[in-house]
Amino acid sequence: MFETLSHLALQQYWWALVSVLGGALVFLLFVQGGQSLIYTIGKVDSTRTMVVNTLGRKWEFTFTTLVTFGGAFFASFPLFYSTSFGGAYWLWMLILSTFILQAVAYEYRKKPKNVFGTRTFDWFLFLNGFIGTVSLGVAVGTLFTGGNFIHDQMNFTLWANSYHGLEAFANPTNLALGLAVFFLARMVALLYFLKTISDTEIIMRSKKHMWINAPLFLVFFLAFLGLAFLSEGFAYDPATGVVFMEKYKYLNNFIEMPIIGILFVLGVLFVLLGIYRTLFCFEKCSDRTIWPVGIGVFVVVTTLLMSLGYNNTVFYPSIANIQDGLTIENASSSKFTLTVMSYVSLLVPFVAAYIIHAWRAINNKKITKEEMDDKSDSHIY
Amino acid sequence: MDIDMSLVDWSRAQFALTAMYHWIFVPLTLGMTFMIAIMETIYVRTGKEEWKRITKFWGKLFGINFAIGVATGIILEFEFGTNWSNYSWFVGDIFGAPLAIEGIMAFFMESTFIAIMFFGWNKVSKKFHLTSTWLVAIGANLSALWILVANAWMQSPVGTVFNPDMARNEMVNFWEVLFSPVAINKFLHTISNGYVVSAIFIIGVSAWFLLKKRNIVFAKKSILVAATFGLVTSIFLALTGDGSAYEVAQKQPMKLAAMEGLYDGKTEAGLVVVGALTPGKEAGDDKDAYIFKIEVPKMLSWLGYRSGDAFVPGVNDLVYGNEEQGLISAEEKIERGKVAVQTLTEYKTAKDEGDMETLAQLSPLFDRETSEGQEFYENYFRYFGYGYLNAPGDIIPNVPMVFYSFHIMVGLGFFFILFFFLVLWFTVKNKIDSKKWLLRLSLLTMPLAFIASQAGWIVAEVGRQPWVIQDLMPTVAAVTRLDASAVQLTFVLFAIIFTTLLVAEISIMVKAIKTGPKENEGGK
Ligand code: HDD
Ligand code: HEM
Ligand code: HEM
Repeated sequence: MFETLSHLALQQYWWALVSVLGGALVFLLFVQGGQSLIYTIGKVDSTRTMVVNTLGRKWEFTFTTLVTFGGAFFASFPLFYSTSFGGAYWLWMLILSTFILQAVAYEYRKKPKNVFGTRTFDWFLFLNGFIGTVSLGVAVGTLFTGGNFIHDQMNFTLWANSYHGLEAFANPTNLALGLAVFFLARMVALLYFLKTISDTEIIMRSKKHMWINAPLFLVFFLAFLGLAFLSEGFAYDPATGVVFMEKYKYLNNFIEMPIIGILFVLGVLFVLLGIYRTLFCFEKCSDRTIWPVGIGVFVVVTTLLMSLGYNNTVFYPSIANIQDGLTIENASSSKFTLTVMSYVSLLVPFVAAYIIHAWRAINNKKITKEEMDDKSDSHIY
Repeated sequence: MDIDMSLVDWSRAQFALTAMYHWIFVPLTLGMTFMIAIMETIYVRTGKEEWKRITKFWGKLFGINFAIGVATGIILEFEFGTNWSNYSWFVGDIFGAPLAIEGIMAFFMESTFIAIMFFGWNKVSKKFHLTSTWLVAIGANLSALWILVANAWMQSPVGTVFNPDMARNEMVNFWEVLFSPVAINKFLHTISNGYVVSAIFIIGVSAWFLLKKRNIVFAKKSILVAATFGLVTSIFLALTGDGSAYEVAQKQPMKLAAMEGLYDGKTEAGLVVVGALTPGKEAGDDKDAYIFKIEVPKMLSWLGYRSGDAFVPGVNDLVYGNEEQGLISAEEKIERGKVAVQTLTEYKTAKDEGDMETLAQLSPLFDRETSEGQEFYENYFRYFGYGYLNAPGDIIPNVPMVFYSFHIMVGLGFFFILFFFLVLWFTVKNKIDSKKWLLRLSLLTMPLAFIASQAGWIVAEVGRQPWVIQDLMPTVAAVTRLDASAVQLTFVLFAIIFTTLLVAEISIMVKAIKTGPKENEGGK
């Protein structure tokens, strides 16, 4: 069935899939957001344990989504993989090293004889929660603002400066997105605590901290949108492949692709609705505000990424030589590989179904102090 | 090409470091999940609480191991991009697919059902829990499949053609990539490696309990499962190892020559069982290659070509050529490779300049459907990678390293079969706790299992040098162009992080073992 599609259609399909994975990843970053709040929400050991455990049952999903996001990008748009990872070396190394620390921290933090003590492992979690989210946001920001790469005849990458990606932090658009992702992740984490933990103190504190994190998220997100929408964007002529600058390109994309535009706006409204309900009518509106916010975040990020791949947009511009910018057409795998991978993608709904099933099996009861104290039969971090 | 060699060396060192750390933990994941699933199956079948306790104890050790396996894995995956970016472009069209499939198919399966395995004891039914444990084992082994398919393709690139417009290799046949004989052997050999290492681990830990006269019943039951599993899989390991060696002989004759320290090729070649190489031996000199050796006659010819009197080429034959056997010299291959590289450059330049005439003239050369294209491929393009080499000697890997690693691996392989046999024998006879020497030997065998396993990868990966993709792309061309100092820094960084975490892991693991299975761990 996929054989009949054109190369371009397959490229678009894969761009959509990568965007969906990106949307899921940003939502799941609530694990990281929560890690930056362990000591803020859990003032004493018992509440901290609850916070850590509600996150600890999910960290693998975020991690695996990140790995799969990388793998899917590699398979479908290998030129992006080689250009960005090889070029923006330090940026990615920074992100990855915090994920190494995370992967052991839950399992080891409270184990007897863990050499470094619980505090150190909790620091690892914090570092991953803070640096990981901000840097991932900054890295995604470069899809709008560009990287300093050039390609030689063999399409091998050279980076035009010696900062190798660290320069991205100096760009206000990237930084605004980075901080928006950070506060977003914290906000979703607070909602996740409200949903999954039964403890009055944690509920009270989480609500209180929503008042700080939700506004900060909105400020940075709006700043990012303003900077991106009002700037010139990178467009290309599909007939010749020539890249040129277009005014308001990133705003135009949403107007010229109204379905994506409308979904984006709906996503934003959902997020706002969730925030409103948490802040102003928590008791009446129940503890389930994570639903509108979660769905909203997923839709907003997915459509934002989608808009970069379609409508003749350069999804990873080069500021060193704008003609080297990556588009879904010049950076993708061959038609054959995309076709094979498309068959593999048929597994995705199935995978999503068992994840949801397993997730619900574990989350069917709220976490309580009693469960955390019962050491006999469960895996407590 | 003006590539800083220290950059290449540091990048190789960094990849080797991360891969070797990853490989400390992965074999245990591969094998322990299976044995835990078997133990839990016995629990569900018999309903005996002690089997639940056994399951949970090994499950806890697995959890400690798993976390750090994941930590080292993520770096590896992204290192293809960060440190081998030219490689990622040049072969990404083929190589990316298994990595993505691994994520979608295997990693999610593993991580989803691990959550049930760890947190689900009180939350889901026994059946659901058992199914999850089995799915974790299957997921772990599936992740091994896909990464090994990718690795096998680097040893023996099949199912692809070169596209000059994109300047990369493209996949044309997925099944050829997946079912290449190298991939099948590699997968079977490597997962059985995981089973053997884990069986030895479980026997070793249980032997410690027996020596301490603690948890006797628990330890004996664990040994029974592990020794049975180990004996079967270690025999399978030797068989698939033989299959791997056969594939190496067909696809990577230089690697085979290095494995055996064979400089001058011969018919009826013998297999060196034990031996020592003469230090400082170089290709082309007239030193004897060995200080001493004990050989099985004709065995190498048989191993490599399934015939006792087959000719096995040595290092010298491959470097200097051997007309009688129809082998061309490395120098000749390098010259032909340079023609291929030059032709590609002309093609790309013509394309950039819009020189239609040259393009029309050159493009059939890159199309193997045409007779010119087929001819160009046979005579020049198949040596493309050689065009990046400077001297014929470049095609020789580090012979002593490969030779000794190979012999350590094979020697230990046969020792493990004997070991499992003895342990199983005395366990079945119910005499295992009185055989102190065997219990002590079990402790000693634990590190040997890890040594054999690492040695195997050294054979595979160091033996592949100078190629990152056999004959297509040398390691020098694959590397990301960074400052050597940048890679040096990340190397040191990772060395520190991983070593620190390893120390914590071992300390936690030892403590968990000393604590032993908890009496109340069976739960309600
Ligand atoms: C406990 C570990 C262990 C043991 C006892 C053995 N192997 Fe092994 N071997 C491995 C663990 C391993 C491995 C780590 O799994 C490797 C590395 C790459 C691979 O494919 O498997 C490997 C590679 C490997 C290769 C290189 C494959 C390549 O370059 O692609 C050969 C030829 C053999 N093995 C042959 C054998 C033989 C004849 C054995 C005799 C019993 C043997 N191995 C025992
Ligand atoms: C050098 C190439 C390799 C790369 C890039 C790589 C990548 C990874 C990554 C990213 C993970 C973490 C997955 C998660 O999120 O759960 C991982 C874990 C794992 N890998 Fe590797 N891996 C490599 C080599 C291998 C090999 C050779 C095998 C097996 C034969 C293997 C088997 C596994 C298994 C079973 C896991 C599960 C967890 C664990 O490590 O204990 N990997 N690997
Ligand atoms: C986990 C088990 C593995 C171990 C212990 C291992 C070991 C090594 C070692 C020692 C080197 C350095 C070789 C040298 O430069 O002389 C190396 C290089 C490399 N390996 Fe592996 N390897 C493993 C699995 C894999 C897999 C599964 C892949 C690919 C899918 C892979 C891809 C590479 C690459 C790309 C390099 C760098 C380029 C090169 O030096 O050829 N490795 N590995």
